[in-house]
Amino acid sequence: MSQVTMTVNGKEMSSDAEGRTLLSQFLRENLGMTGTHVGCDTSQCGACVVHVDGVAVKSCTMLAMEADGAAVSTIEGQAADDGTLNTLQQAFQDHHGLQCGFCTPGMIMSAADLLKTNPKPSEAEVRHHLEGNICRCTGYHNIVKAIMAASGQDVSSIAAE
Amino acid sequence: MPKDHGIGASPKRREDIRFLSGTGNYTDDMNVNGQAYVHFLRSDVAHGRIKSINLDAASAMPGVVKIFTGADFEGVGGIPCGWEITDKHGNAMQEPAHPVLAQGKVRYVGDQIAAVVAETLEQARDAAEAIDVDIEELPAVVDMAGALVDGSTKVHDDLTSNLCYDWGFVEENKPAVEAAFADAAHVTTLELRNNRLIANPMEPRVAIGDFERASGNSTLFTTSQNPHVIRLLMGAFVLGIPEHKLRVVAPDVGGGFGTKIFHYAEEAFCTFAAKALNRAVKWTSTRSEAFISDAHGRDHVTTIQLALDADNNFTAVRTDTMANMGAYLSTFAPSVPTWLHGTLMAGNYKTPLVYVNVKAVFTNTVPVDAYRGAGRPEATYQLERVIDKAALELGLDPIALRRQNFITEFPYATPVAVEYDTGDYHATMDVLEKMADLSGFEARRKASEARGMLRGIGINCYIEACGIAPSNLVGQLGARAGLYESATVRVNATGGLVVMTGSHSHGQGHETAFPQVIAEMIGIDESMVEIEHGDTDKAPMGMGTYGSRSLAVGGSAMVRATEKIIAKTKKIAAHLMEAAEADIELKDGTFSVAGTDKSVAWGDVTLAAYVPHNYPLEDIEPGLEETAFYDPANFTYPSGAYACEVEVDPDTGKVTIEAFNAADDFGNVVNPMIVDGQVHGGIGQGIGQALLENAAYDENGQLLSASYMDYAMPRASDLPFYGVDHSCQTPCTHNPLGVKGCGEAGAIGSPPAVVNAVVNALRSGGHDIHHIDMPVSPSRVWQAMNG
Repeated sequence: MSQVTMTVNGKEMSSDAEGRTLLSQFLRENLGMTGTHVGCDTSQCGACVVHVDGVAVKSCTMLAMEADGAAVSTIEGQAADDGTLNTLQQAFQDHHGLQCGFCTPGMIMSAADLLKTNPKPSEAEVRHHLEGNICRCTGYHNIVKAIMAASGQDVSSIAAE
Repeated sequence: MPKDHGIGASPKRREDIRFLSGTGNYTDDMNVNGQAYVHFLRSDVAHGRIKSINLDAASAMPGVVKIFTGADFEGVGGIPCGWEITDKHGNAMQEPAHPVLAQGKVRYVGDQIAAVVAETLEQARDAAEAIDVDIEELPAVVDMAGALVDGSTKVHDDLTSNLCYDWGFVEENKPAVEAAFADAAHVTTLELRNNRLIANPMEPRVAIGDFERASGNSTLFTTSQNPHVIRLLMGAFVLGIPEHKLRVVAPDVGGGFGTKIFHYAEEAFCTFAAKALNRAVKWTSTRSEAFISDAHGRDHVTTIQLALDADNNFTAVRTDTMANMGAYLSTFAPSVPTWLHGTLMAGNYKTPLVYVNVKAVFTNTVPVDAYRGAGRPEATYQLERVIDKAALELGLDPIALRRQNFITEFPYATPVAVEYDTGDYHATMDVLEKMADLSGFEARRKASEARGMLRGIGINCYIEACGIAPSNLVGQLGARAGLYESATVRVNATGGLVVMTGSHSHGQGHETAFPQVIAEMIGIDESMVEIEHGDTDKAPMGMGTYGSRSLAVGGSAMVRATEKIIAKTKKIAAHLMEAAEADIELKDGTFSVAGTDKSVAWGDVTLAAYVPHNYPLEDIEPGLEETAFYDPANFTYPSGAYACEVEVDPDTGKVTIEAFNAADDFGNVVNPMIVDGQVHGGIGQGIGQALLENAAYDENGQLLSASYMDYAMPRASDLPFYGVDHSCQTPCTHNPLGVKGCGEAGAIGSPPAVVNAVVNALRSGGHDIHHIDMPVSPSRVWQAMNG
């Protein structure tokens, strides 16, 4: 066990962790931040995506100790302090981009990463970017639509929501 | 103008706020003070005799609390099956015992041998590796046809064979069906496989058992679509805990698609161990465990035949199916290939004679049970594929052939024991033809050909029976439960409502849609209605969410309870306004006396119910809370027509979905946005089945597709935007909302459209192909083209 300290959503947090503790596990179990979800054990599903020092990472692929000293951003830190959803979160609600909500944290964090580097992605670019994020509920239709809408594109011509 | 509130409006989902901000409460997000963790040691062989289990080394490992094996469960009940099928000879199905932990034998890869409870999950896993299990491996029974051969190895030594049942439906019709085939002008035969699937909700299963010694009360927190059903099955049949001493809570549930209906051994184990150890015990499935412990779906091998007369009227359908049950009978498994499948074999057509034979087979594989659609996708797929094949053989237009045989008069009693109340199959097909721009298809095909690609279009219809189900009917068919739903409506003094329902959302937006119904009945704002679900201590009873039943059955119970509330509030309003009860009208949250300007607000009446100073105490009690149980009079029958357009790359065999359109008739629609989302998700899963997904076993019973690296889940780049339309609405005639249910339609209707389209594309390239089995993978398509 050694102490791991990181800044999570702007707040310094620390806890003792084993060497084998994954970042996803550290966030959920040690820090009690359960917004980050774990949907698989082969780093395929993307429900656990967070940003580490500004880079989107599947938090199940990283040891907590590797993130020692890093700035970590999670789904819990996306809305404003008064609870107002950010543009991407709001677009997901507006366009029904989530059903059970389990993949949603990873989808939001992954989509935020896309929009940072590609502010007006095409449909194909959105779909390609989501390769590593699996959703079983929506058939992706409204997720893709929400991300394009959040980027300021007119999605009214896309078939029904 | 679209409505902005009430039935037919699309308010944004209120549950989204917590899901989008990371504050949802899924079962794994919960922890109970002092909890221990359990890790299950699972069999890595498909079939074997347990010769010995040595726990000495493992028990001495750090943090180990106790290791349980099958021996600890002697005298404890087994996992029950909720449906008994009677075979064609009138005999009950063969029903093997299903122990919580393996006793004597392991019967599939994933079967749980031992359960290690430790202070931490890591310690439990480490200790499980130190358990010494000696298993004498036995031949694995994997192939269904082989399992039924005389002398085959038996999955269960105490059963007479691997045949669970041989079901004939309707047995008395068989001679007439045979005669119709003998007289047919044309018979089309198709052999096909409905591929085995894994539901894969993104949230793996979790169970936390808790026990309070002082009261003797047990609590189970679990990822369930139906907590009351789990309470009943586990309490009554496995652990012998009466319902008043057992609470089952399913908080936010991250998808289910059927596989979280069933009562699983891990739930019983955690509840049992919590009591035995007097501390909470938590289990969180890994995805790898989910692949080998969540019930699988589909897995039918079928030969279907369609008989036509000289005028191309369908005269009879005959179908023979082998249905895989896996190693044990999961909760609803026996009903899926029978009553949820055979009763749909008339489809949308006036075929007068149908005979369905189903042999259910035990194999050394994970138990198979309901997955989105459950039996109805299997029925739709074979029927809609054989019709397309018949059209090919006879040189007919597949749409015209379907239209010619459509049922057009309702109610319609099918030859397979159900009565469709309403529908308009020509209307949905009319809508579909426009949506899919069928008239422009040849131009699109030529454009594809110019790029060296083969283009095809596939259409099909579907009908399903959902809104499950009339209790007296399903009781006759072997169900060991009723299938009503309950609701309690509690109105507080200041006028707000809490509705407690046995339905339980696992993504369907109940917290948003149900208040739309209740608020409209009273004429108040939806924000005044709150939904409570997922807790057996709240709703009186519940059969849960599956079979597209939540609104049709659960919603109807809420309507009935709200009607009782309205009746009582009218009595109170009449008293307050000194008027006759018959003259009281409720509109927009205000009670008025007909023909006068007297009125009293909803909140004044609800306050009077709790502050009964001026109140008809001699006639009615104070307070305002009503419960209703609603038992449907019939199934509901959503229907529709789907079209898929594909491009096939002749060099690689890769299929790309170019367009997918769905015209559905769901009866009345409460929240169009949510309904569209349900159809999108269903289509995504249906395309997944048609193109990508396959749970593949090798001959030794090893699951080859046991991770997301091998089981091809549909990704965003595999799927298109969909066109969906539910403007054709023939309301259900027997529930108060006129609704039919929409949750499963997409998964039922879409696979045949995809396969029909691929066959159409290949034929346009000159390949004389009538069928390709799902998943229509590049290798299968390439092989079909290249012989």
